[in-house]
Amino acid sequence: MAPTQDAQLSPQLVLDEMKKNGVTHVVWLPDSETNFLYQLMQADPSLQLVPVSREGLAFSIAAGLATGSQTPAILIQNTGLMESGDSLRGWAIGLQIPMVMMVGYRGWTRHGVNADSAATYTERFLNAFGITYYLVETSADAPRISIAFEEARRTQRPVAVLMADEYHGFNR
Amino acid sequence: MFQTADMLRVFQAHRGDAIVVPGRGARHWAQISTRPNRDVPVGDPAMGGHAGFALGLALARPADRIVLFDSEGDLLMSLGILATVAELAPANFYHFMLDNECYATTGGQPVPNAKNVAYDVIARGAGYPRALAFDKLEDFEASLPSILAQPGPVFAALKVVPEVENVPIGQRVRWQTRTRDRVLADLRAELGVAR
Repeated sequence: MAPTQDAQLSPQLVLDEMKKNGVTHVVWLPDSETNFLYQLMQADPSLQLVPVSREGLAFSIAAGLATGSQTPAILIQNTGLMESGDSLRGWAIGLQIPMVMMVGYRGWTRHGVNADSAATYTERFLNAFGITYYLVETSADAPRISIAFEEARRTQRPVAVLMADEYHGFNR
Repeated sequence: MFQTADMLRVFQAHRGDAIVVPGRGARHWAQISTRPNRDVPVGDPAMGGHAGFALGLALARPADRIVLFDSEGDLLMSLGILATVAELAPANFYHFMLDNECYATTGGQPVPNAKNVAYDVIARGAGYPRALAFDKLEDFEASLPSILAQPGPVFAALKVVPEVENVPIGQRVRWQTRTRDRVLADLRAELGVAR
């Protein structure tokens, strides 16, 4: 069955969830799944965008922000997350930094058959690092973002939100 | 080239109330600093991240001067951080980089093109408004007051003598006087911020 408009994930809802949880800085590198947020974030004076050129840089920057009592969120693609393993280990898990990673889930499909190894290894990667993750596919899933923030605060660890909107939602 | 410890003693006289991320200079800085609660010696959580961490602190604490002692090995792993710093241009960020031309903690193997990389040129090319290089301690000492008197971001590459370690990591004498958790807790208490 073809996807409908109801399957879309509203970027405004995602932004609202971040603001509800006090996010002050978004450390990000563009990707196709989360690009929809960019213009909204740019227009929001309460958020400072911190652009990076390699995803691994995001974790040490976020660690510094959190140490200074700010609330960072990371916005990257699953490909870059996998490239960032040591930074995630050392700067986020090692320093016990509460942070939410909004991860573009490139290659994800609802039926579970995909042709993109980026999707194949994403959840395996997170499981290897003991990172809890929540799938956000449609607007109805947006409250899971707050669950992720609450868990990050409670556990003092990074928590991932997988943005699975590429093939059937806003970016279609 | 000059000794890292000598350079840090010069800096100490001008430190004021800066928050210091001592990076690879932390072993000496722990013996020199008189304000340890404003020091952030987090060790080496993951190589290449010191500049990002210090940038994050600078963005979080715009009223505090943040001084970083980075290393060329770390920076080579994350050159893109220079463009991020330059774009955000935190006026409270002072980026010093120790260049010993090698990976000293792994036995002294040379970094790529060890003797020929002009890090100050790279920083300037990435957009730092001020980028300097020093290979004589007396020149650094003479310039330091003016470096710190002007707003950041500023970058200064410092040629330092390698202090090569060949002892297996598990057998090295610990220089750390506090755990990472304690370091971050002490800083937060000093700044009066909650976790």
